[in-house]
Amino acid sequence: MTAVLDRPAAATRGRATRARRRRAWIGWSFAAPFTLLFLVFALLPVLASLVMSLTDMRATDLRTPLAVNVVGFGNFTRLFSDELFLRSALNTIVFVAVGVPLTMVAALAAANALNSGLIRFRAVFRVGFYLPVVTSIVAIAVVWRFLLDPEAGLVNNLLGLIGVEGPAWLQNPGTSLGSIIVMAAWRNFGSLMVIFLAALQGIPAHLYEAATLDGAGRWQQLRRITMPLMRPALLFGAVITGIGYLQLFEEPLVMTQGGPLSSTLSVSYHIYNQFGFGNYGYAAAASYVLFVAIVALSVLQFRLLGSRDD
Amino acid sequence: MTRAKLLLYAVLALGLLVVVGPFVWMLLSSFKPEAEIRAVPPTWWPHTWTLGNYRDLFSRLDFPQYFANSAIVAVLVTAGNLLFCSLLGYALAKLDFPGRKALFLAVLGMLMVPGMVTFVPQFVLISNMGLANSYAGLVLPFLAGPFGVFLMRQFLLSIPDDLIEAARVDGAGEWRIFWRVVLPLCKPALATLGILTFLASWNNFLWPLVVATTDDKYTLPVALALYSIGQNRAYYGLLLAGAVVVVVPVLIVFLALQRHFMRGIATTGLK
Repeated sequence: MTAVLDRPAAATRGRATRARRRRAWIGWSFAAPFTLLFLVFALLPVLASLVMSLTDMRATDLRTPLAVNVVGFGNFTRLFSDELFLRSALNTIVFVAVGVPLTMVAALAAANALNSGLIRFRAVFRVGFYLPVVTSIVAIAVVWRFLLDPEAGLVNNLLGLIGVEGPAWLQNPGTSLGSIIVMAAWRNFGSLMVIFLAALQGIPAHLYEAATLDGAGRWQQLRRITMPLMRPALLFGAVITGIGYLQLFEEPLVMTQGGPLSSTLSVSYHIYNQFGFGNYGYAAAASYVLFVAIVALSVLQFRLLGSRDD
Repeated sequence: MTRAKLLLYAVLALGLLVVVGPFVWMLLSSFKPEAEIRAVPPTWWPHTWTLGNYRDLFSRLDFPQYFANSAIVAVLVTAGNLLFCSLLGYALAKLDFPGRKALFLAVLGMLMVPGMVTFVPQFVLISNMGLANSYAGLVLPFLAGPFGVFLMRQFLLSIPDDLIEAARVDGAGEWRIFWRVVLPLCKPALATLGILTFLASWNNFLWPLVVATTDDKYTLPVALALYSIGQNRAYYGLLLAGAVVVVVPVLIVFLALQRHFMRGIATTGLK
């Protein structure tokens, strides 16, 4: 750039600046309403939660949230010697580690079945399988608590028909978490099925035709064509299901109240209880541990399932 | 029909029975008297039809109020998201302004934050604003959700810039372009967002559970959950009828508009 600008160039620059300002003004006037609400009710709480986790804030400090003591990482060290928290973390890990693969396998099976050839009533099956996804988890938990009733429940009476005596699913610490896992897979596989079905239908048929001509068997087609092309959909499914399942809360609240013997206490449920006891700082610390776990799981899934090209 | 195909249909039909069966059974059982609900072995079709469970729900418990609360909150939350998310979605997709990328990343990042992280500070905030146990307190934190921004932005990116440029050349102001040109083009995305938001609000549980502290502000899921763990926990008939009241409006909306659902999942689910 020259040291002395001639007039037309300065004028052009002035116009450009004015145009830039105008664009900024217009852009932000569209963005402002959302951004304001987002700042106050989302971003501020996320930061406040982090600050709270470093304090001993309790329910009694509700009106004076700034007059609390800083305890540093005290809440976090306490968490990891809190037996109930450790139990809830273990339960949540089991729920995710078993629940996510189970849900994905069910969804893949359903999507594959609906994608094989000309299926009549495909829309009926798709809508039917998707039904539990849109219904209130509280209502579903109420219905399932009843289905699993040891005496009058449908499940044990059906088992009785084939001579099996079913356990008291939700009252027995050995089967309570497993029951909730199966229920969660039952409720959620429909949404993944729709995503997987769309991905399957997006795979061009000529790839399979060419592979058949080249003498590739069904297994090879599955491994070499279907799976690689499904990878983005599988990754997406694993990530959103993982994020959702790590936050397990409503099912144990309605069905078991975290019991028996804390066998279905989840991290979110533990946080909710701590909040109920008035331990706000402690609850905030636990919620940040959950947040970190969610980010870590997502990163891990991207590593495992993400593109292999990089 | 080949044998393989017959087998496929049999498996699919069995799956459908397992998934839809509990709903049918819930509906049928809600019309049974309590004694029949507890009968061993259970009956499938009611021997005695009764509306007693629903009568209790609407007279002994205040379900009409809960229903109204759920509807009011869901309508307000949906209206807010349609407006705010389409405004920001448009700005992010079609306007150029400083801070745009950072704003989009912040909104996207919010999708990963679990509800448990924000709800304690949100509760402190809402309480100090004097809005605990009020409709405003139930609605405000959900008026502007990140998911809607993502959906609207994705949709708007697919709309050609030429349309907007043409309107600009014709001398239309920016707001006029938004209302008259952009929003009408967004109808399919707005329909999807509206339905998904309404549903999410209708089924929302944790926040109303914490904020609604008296009976007159409970939403349906809160009331149902509290009754199912409270003194009515043993009254299956009442609880099943309550579950029907929560689920049936949603099922009607879903069955009527299921095309929009499937499209919504396809657009946000892939890419």
